[in-house]
Amino acid sequence: MSVFSTILRQIINGLQSGSIYALVALGYSMVYGIIMLLNFAHGDIIMVGAYIAWLCMARFALNPVLAILFAIIGCVLLGVSIEKVAYKPLRNSPRISLLITAIGISFLLENAAQMIFGAGAQVIPPFFTVPSPSIGSVEIPGTAIVTIAVTALSMVALTLLIQKTKMGKAMRAVSEDTGAAQLMGININRTISFTFAIGSALAGIGSVLYCTAYPQATATMGSMLGLKAFVAAVLGGIGSIPGAMIGGFAIGLAEALVSAVGLSVWKDGVVFAILIIVLLVKPTGILGRSMTEKV
Amino acid sequence: MKRIISFVLAFLMIAACFAFGGCAKQEAASTIKIGMQGPYTGSTAVYGLAVQTGARLYVDQLNKAGGINGKQVELIYYDNKGDDAEAINAFTRLVDEGITAFLGDVLTGNTLAVVAEAYPINMPMITASATAAEVTVNPDDGTVYTNVFRSCFIDPFQGEKMAQYAAEKLGVKTAAVIALTGDAYSAGLADAFVAKCAEVGIEVVAQEGYAVGDKDFNAQLTNIAAKNPDVVFCPNYYEDVGMIVTQARALGLDTTFLGGDGWGGVSEYASAEDLEGCLYCSAYAPGSTEEVRAFEAAYEEAYGQPVPNMFAPLAYDAAAVLCAAIAKAEESGAKTGSDEYKQAIIDAFRTEGPSVSGITSAGGYTFDENNNPIKDAVIMELVDGVETYKEVF
Repeated sequence: MSVFSTILRQIINGLQSGSIYALVALGYSMVYGIIMLLNFAHGDIIMVGAYIAWLCMARFALNPVLAILFAIIGCVLLGVSIEKVAYKPLRNSPRISLLITAIGISFLLENAAQMIFGAGAQVIPPFFTVPSPSIGSVEIPGTAIVTIAVTALSMVALTLLIQKTKMGKAMRAVSEDTGAAQLMGININRTISFTFAIGSALAGIGSVLYCTAYPQATATMGSMLGLKAFVAAVLGGIGSIPGAMIGGFAIGLAEALVSAVGLSVWKDGVVFAILIIVLLVKPTGILGRSMTEKV
Repeated sequence: MKRIISFVLAFLMIAACFAFGGCAKQEAASTIKIGMQGPYTGSTAVYGLAVQTGARLYVDQLNKAGGINGKQVELIYYDNKGDDAEAINAFTRLVDEGITAFLGDVLTGNTLAVVAEAYPINMPMITASATAAEVTVNPDDGTVYTNVFRSCFIDPFQGEKMAQYAAEKLGVKTAAVIALTGDAYSAGLADAFVAKCAEVGIEVVAQEGYAVGDKDFNAQLTNIAAKNPDVVFCPNYYEDVGMIVTQARALGLDTTFLGGDGWGGVSEYASAEDLEGCLYCSAYAPGSTEEVRAFEAAYEEAYGQPVPNMFAPLAYDAAAVLCAAIAKAEESGAKTGSDEYKQAIIDAFRTEGPSVSGITSAGGYTFDENNNPIKDAVIMELVDGVETYKEVF
């Protein structure tokens, strides 16, 4: 295989994992944009999605399409109910209480999953088989193409939703100024729930894509994925939707690059070094708005 | 009233302790005590219990057949919870109770702790599961712990075996390696494989590593695919192996994967067609021969469950070698438990081991100069999603 084709393939590897980071980062960013909360339970929603897919397919032998649907719906319901049960009562509390609650929810989900499903990995049967087309001598994994395509579609849909619909307008208004939005007659609770629902649906899609690429469900799979997506969100500028996409792809490509040059053991280290550098040099990220703190 | 009852019960319990203690003392002359310990509770209990049940099975069979020299063999075992300090305490207690030999320990770390206590008192010792080289050899000055033997492979052995197998049986010219960086088992096998490859004329074209918890191996596998090796040596545990093989196939890397005994159970973790033709070495081939099947049936009858893993048969073999050595020492006429008696057992490991036809080594146990067994590995092949016994190598 020529050097060129190896490079091409590594770029595709990076785009594939980057797509998943981007989908998860979007959920982080949207929630942060609207209620200033770093929802650390977001990664664990993906884990729950993976277990739902596994239950549907391995246990109940359902059709993969149904399994995908159930996984996404399950994630949405979970995300919205977490918001209702854990975050809503704390909406007027100091932000640190919300953050700690989010970490608590994350631990709760991880340990509950470990208790129910055990500590070992569960193998998820393939959702679909896609032929792997070749460009010249380079065979491109079908799953990579599907992952990148689905992510791109989700992002287009999300952008349209936010820019063109009434609900999107409401979301933007609430994130701009919650109080003023309420005065203008926007139903805050509904808007926030909707944001959680969309973020969790993206997590559900991310979960299915993650499971096609890495078909094992473990109780702790969400924590590292969530952290890396968080880094992606910060890199792109937290609260910014195009920023989350750019951040996700950048992190995925950085990881693939580090592994490609033989430093794969340093992969996680490089990701978190990026976080530190961004926070030191440009804390608002690539596309983040600079905010003036109110005194 | 309650108080009186509780006093009476407490008194009875104390009395019972003395009573049974007395029995044990009287029996001492007519029994041979072997000490055991291991993690019987906690996260590594699965290994501790496998070793315990495997050894017990042999000793029970031996006792039923009349014991050694007319004496019954008594196994005394304590839970060390996988903790080094507990392991030393348990060993000291076993020595106080008059054991003549020690079968264990189970985990490598605990075994190293026990060896430090057992070497100075020349206690005959055989472990069924501690695979690190330094269990029998002091890594600092190369001193061999003459009293310590084992029935399992050492880590580098599997790597060497697979390199030899690849060269001799598969006619491999180039190989790649992907291992868990910094992990004693995975990296140990990988290093031994690479070293042996140089000897047997296989060119190692790519060596890749990954970190604990990694799920994405595409970047490393792309590098490997670029070199187009004849085989990929992947000495990892089954969960990682399943992920690696699945991703490799998706990338179009269709070469045969080779592995070590950490592969046991891999068929659950990747599809049958992805794994087809992959090979790994193991100490134990379930259901392969008449003797193995008899052992499995006896195990299931005794404990009501199938053989959990290879450590049960390895412990069965360790007990067999140890009892053969003790039988030889009994013949020498030395007083049970005396220094000469212990030395006689240690010498007998070498003289008696080769004639012990074990479950995991039908050809007997010959020990090398470092007290490691020289035995054949079992090559297992993945056929239609089933881990199938292929041959002894």
